[in-house]
Amino acid sequence: MAIEVRIPTIMRTYTDGAKAVTGGGATLGDLIDDLESSHPGIKERLVDGEDLRRFVNIYVNDEDVRFTGGLETGLSDGDQVVVLPAVAGG
Amino acid sequence: MLTIDQATYDAIVAHAKRDHPDEACGIVAGPEGSDRPVRFVPMVNAAGSPTFYEFDSAELLALYKEMWANDEEPVIVYHSHTATEAYPSRTDIGLASEPTAHYVLVSTREHGNSEGAVEFRSFRIVDGEVTEEDVSVVEVLPA
Repeated sequence: MAIEVRIPTIMRTYTDGAKAVTGGGATLGDLIDDLESSHPGIKERLVDGEDLRRFVNIYVNDEDVRFTGGLETGLSDGDQVVVLPAVAGG
Repeated sequence: MLTIDQATYDAIVAHAKRDHPDEACGIVAGPEGSDRPVRFVPMVNAAGSPTFYEFDSAELLALYKEMWANDEEPVIVYHSHTATEAYPSRTDIGLASEPTAHYVLVSTREHGNSEGAVEFRSFRIVDGEVTEEDVSVVEVLPA
């Protein structure tokens, strides 16, 4: 199963500069584990304990996964996943 | 150094004054790798707060998809401080995620919504390190 994941500039140190990588998994959590096996260190940037990091947005087919089940969000072959750090501050 | 044209500079300042006492935020996009801030994009502060700003998550995605389609990147990421100096806060530094962007801070603490000078400063924020840079305001960006 191939799912394309768009990687933001700040995390491309984990992907040898690649703007997008592919991975697989039945859920977003599985996909992140799969990415971690090929791009060690990336999981830490996306996940904090059992949850997504507060200031990282992940979208599956343009839907923010916060509204679709978070790490439990189901994935299918051909889904498009986008990772975008929040633009935020104080 | 940040080189910015007068009209874009004025648009950022006007946005900051308009949204005072809440923080205003947005970007100025430009062609990838050009360091030319040419397309002013004011954003809604989804936090609606005098001490915090955050782009709405759906608007953030729409903005980045637009930039990818245009081969653009955020050349400037700007926001205002409404009660403190125009210097990145600890939160700003912790959340900065565009190592190639100029982070512009505007402070409206002096005159609020009224006319009058603002502080307008620009920084690089990379790996938690803040470096201030000069700002050059020109009539028209050099080609």
